[in-house]
Amino acid sequence: MNKKEAFGAQVRKVYRLLMLLFALFVITGGGLMYYMVNPNVFDFLLKPETVVLTPVEIDEDRIENGIHVRTGLVDAEGLMIVVNNCTNCHSSKLVTQNRMNTERWNATIKWMQETQNLWDLGRNQEVIVNYLVTNYPPIAKGRRMVLKDIDWYELED
Amino acid sequence: MKRRDFIKKSTLSSFTAIIGIELVYGAKMLDGYTPLALQDPDPFKLFNKHKDMVVLNDKPWNIEAQAHLLDDKITPNSCMFIRNNGLVPENVDPNIWTLTIDGESVKNKKTYTLSDLKSKFEQHTYQLTLECGGNGRAEFDPPAKGNQWTIGAVHCASWTGVRLRDVLEDAGIKSNAVYIGYHAIDKHLSLDPKKEPISRGCPMDKALQDETLLAFKMNGEDIPLIHGYPLRLVAGGWPASVSGKWVDRISIRNQVHDGTKMTGTAYRVPCEPVAPGEKVKDEDMCIIESMPVKSLITYPKTGAMIQKGKALTIRGHAWAGELEVDKMEYSIDFGSTWSTCSIEKPANRLAWQHFSATVDFPKSGYYEVWARATDTNGIAQPMLLPGWNPKGYLNNACHRIAVKVK
Repeated sequence: MNKKEAFGAQVRKVYRLLMLLFALFVITGGGLMYYMVNPNVFDFLLKPETVVLTPVEIDEDRIENGIHVRTGLVDAEGLMIVVNNCTNCHSSKLVTQNRMNTERWNATIKWMQETQNLWDLGRNQEVIVNYLVTNYPPIAKGRRMVLKDIDWYELED
Repeated sequence: MKRRDFIKKSTLSSFTAIIGIELVYGAKMLDGYTPLALQDPDPFKLFNKHKDMVVLNDKPWNIEAQAHLLDDKITPNSCMFIRNNGLVPENVDPNIWTLTIDGESVKNKKTYTLSDLKSKFEQHTYQLTLECGGNGRAEFDPPAKGNQWTIGAVHCASWTGVRLRDVLEDAGIKSNAVYIGYHAIDKHLSLDPKKEPISRGCPMDKALQDETLLAFKMNGEDIPLIHGYPLRLVAGGWPASVSGKWVDRISIRNQVHDGTKMTGTAYRVPCEPVAPGEKVKDEDMCIIESMPVKSLITYPKTGAMIQKGKALTIRGHAWAGELEVDKMEYSIDFGSTWSTCSIEKPANRLAWQHFSATVDFPKSGYYEVWARATDTNGIAQPMLLPGWNPKGYLNNACHRIAVKVK
């Protein structure tokens, strides 16, 4: 075998290899594109029990017993507006601990806008303040409250 | 799906997967900020706190003790309250940490490394009472804005460091100095780099007291990160906010320091008494200095049931800001009669004092044991809430526990 023949054979080998690769590329690429357009194409392969497993993604805004689980806020009109505007910079715990009337909440919002980079709440401000004064109203405490929620226990010597 | 959206969603969903919730406005999250939840969701492990500590706020972290957790003479880290105005710093390197003394009234602006401070100046250890100015806020009516501390925002740990006075004098204090103001490395909640979460201070005479320290140790060990590692200003007897954490700069000012939380209504009370709920103008608010006389019954825990005929031993601590506690009493009849408790002298100035008493109950039934401290000026704790103020500071009303005799 002379050098020319050997070279020719190698070229053919490389050519076949490239063709094979190209074919594979076209098939795979085509398949992937088909899958992107029709993502449900393999659904027939899924066993029925996988349907049960689909809701693994937990709803981040789920409500249990009237409470928005993630923030502990009461589920009532305006909840998500409060969640989206009032729990980014600070915890919802700071909201629920504080019990104020409309005037003082508005003053607090103004203070947060002036000093804490809170954005303009626009028409949401009224919704937020209504939510707060309705669901977290001030409790009259007088000059001293009665001791409550006492956890009684036997004191050993 | 648009590629850009896909990338954004997949990055965020990896956070979501870890935290279990979606980050609202996550797409607007600043680069380099690790969501707090990712740092460690369990504050008790994160800060080595006792399981009975109460979390008031998780962004920023604010955690308080209960009375019975404060029974130790020197408060251990596990039971010390946490008060934060901003985000806890990360990646603190003590080897490159510096403290700069500057300001209008410094003679020579100077910068010290931690080892400079430790080697150049004499070290001192003091037990110092630090109480949050807003401790007891939860009781005010109408309610005051802020974290609703009940009784547990106080501690008395042992602090080791150098005197602030020695360092200020080393840099040189001009004769026109009136105040010092601290600056620290914690970040503002809004992540705005131009904002400081807190930058308070005190008048020169407080700054120059023997017990005012630049501390690097707490209870004999490096200060825990949450309490100010590697360097904390400690000024006992004053609102704990004067005791700045993570301090890297102290300015000697020729005016009252005007940093964040020095102005407006922060850590201020009406200069003249006001009716509950009354509006007070900023210029009518005065800066809180020494904290008022106060005490806590730390043993037994409230809710104790004892057998009839058995005496009950009570104990606790009392403190009085810049002053000492002169007299300690208890009452089991809502203040109709008072009996004396024995009270120890403080370990050093500005340390809380330990009291104890043996209480006899005349018959079975429900009792409250009330404790009342009186300072060296003859000022006692009120049984009712003291004067209302817009931010709910300085509630030093008597502490009480419930007891049943069967």
